[in-house]
Amino acid sequence: MTIIGPNGAGKTTLFRVLLGVIPPNTGSIYKKPNLRIGYLPQKITVDPILPLSVNRMMNLTGNFSNRQIENVLDETGVLSLKNKPVYQLSGGEFQRVMLARTLLINPELLVLDEPVQGVDYMGESELYKLIGNLRNKHGCGVLMVSHDLHVVMASTDRVLCLNRHVCCEGEPEDVSQHPEYLRLFGLDSGSALAVYSHHHDHTHQLSGTLREDSQ
Amino acid sequence: MILDDFFWRAVIAGMGVAILAGPLGCFVIWRRMSYLGDTMAHSALLGVALGIFLEVDLIFGVFVVAIAVAMILFIFQRQKQLANDAVLGTLSHASLAMGVLAISLMSWVRVDLMGYLFGDILAVDMTDLYWIYGGGLLIMLIFLWLWRPLLAITFDSELAQAEGVPVIRVQLIFMLLIAAVIALSMKIIGILLVTSLLIIPVSAARRFSRTPEQMALGGALIGMASVGLGLWASLQIDTPSGPSIVIAAVLFFFAANLFPLRKFQ
Repeated sequence: MTIIGPNGAGKTTLFRVLLGVIPPNTGSIYKKPNLRIGYLPQKITVDPILPLSVNRMMNLTGNFSNRQIENVLDETGVLSLKNKPVYQLSGGEFQRVMLARTLLINPELLVLDEPVQGVDYMGESELYKLIGNLRNKHGCGVLMVSHDLHVVMASTDRVLCLNRHVCCEGEPEDVSQHPEYLRLFGLDSGSALAVYSHHHDHTHQLSGTLREDSQ
Repeated sequence: MILDDFFWRAVIAGMGVAILAGPLGCFVIWRRMSYLGDTMAHSALLGVALGIFLEVDLIFGVFVVAIAVAMILFIFQRQKQLANDAVLGTLSHASLAMGVLAISLMSWVRVDLMGYLFGDILAVDMTDLYWIYGGGLLIMLIFLWLWRPLLAITFDSELAQAEGVPVIRVQLIFMLLIAAVIALSMKIIGILLVTSLLIIPVSAARRFSRTPEQMALGGALIGMASVGLGLWASLQIDTPSGPSIVIAAVLFFFAANLFPLRKFQ
């Protein structure tokens, strides 16, 4: 499932609530007891002042064997970086290492907050492919924030659009073909991209339903 | 006996705080808290005044006031109106000014202000040694237990929290430990210079460190060397102990930076 929405929409806040970092203001969270969540936070910057190798970083809160660490690094294609200092990694390398880190606990759910940020255009699609492969291989769910609408539409099962409230939610294919949704969001075309890159030419009622007179 | 000699008392006390300053100092610079340490240290004079006023051990007075300042900071950091450095600057100078005022108002005691501000090796007595090694051992034990969660928080506090680290509790305990180290080092290094022992040796050690632990250990060793060299110079040329130790540490820092780096990337 992918969460999309403009900056400040509450995507990261939603993640923090889900992960128990902050308590929800209202409502409640339902999740399986002891659900193993692999979390990749939005932006981590590591100062050169901290002498931390990739290998060491994998064991910051856990206690994993050398073999386990090498396995997950291999899975994301960054085994060769094992002994490198973390601050020397490029954006793409860092995200792959962090992705490997989430695999250590054999997660049932991956929570990825903008996993391709700081990654160049070519690396982006490879990283998305990798995430798809990992999902298939480990059979884990993937909950992700993304701004790449074309990727969202092509490879996600469900989409949730936030803008300080739940704007809309559903399967991308259905959504893009559904006349109701087209009327709601589709502007110029029925293409997957246009469906979700809607401009706010409408207003919602408090419940999130569309105000009829606003288009 | 060796401990009867004021110089050796100062050396042993200084070595004790240098050992503590290694690991704690690492986190002070990793977490960009050097100015926070400075602010807590500046409040120490108020702690001295409190200690004199209540007739308790000065180390205890300094510790209590440093914690109070840390707590005020902690509360202020939760509001977002003022930037952190403005809050720190305000509190730092306010507490230093209050300390000087409080001491000058207590006209019945004579206080060697220079000694407190810049350190005085003559001032170290046996009680201080008990404090430093007794308290120091406790600090070290707590810190060993805190090391991993602190490292995780330093890497990313949100990730650490999501992975079950009690972030706020660990941060609070860390602040208590800094307050304690400041209180213990005050007499030798002096209030105005005390954070330098936390910052300079570990900064020098960074050059040679490939792991966090190496940096902590290296910082402790360089700190001890600085204390030794500084106190020796202080005795030879009759200079205040604090500045002498700081200059020694700075020399190590520059020497470390002259060292070729290739291997230690």
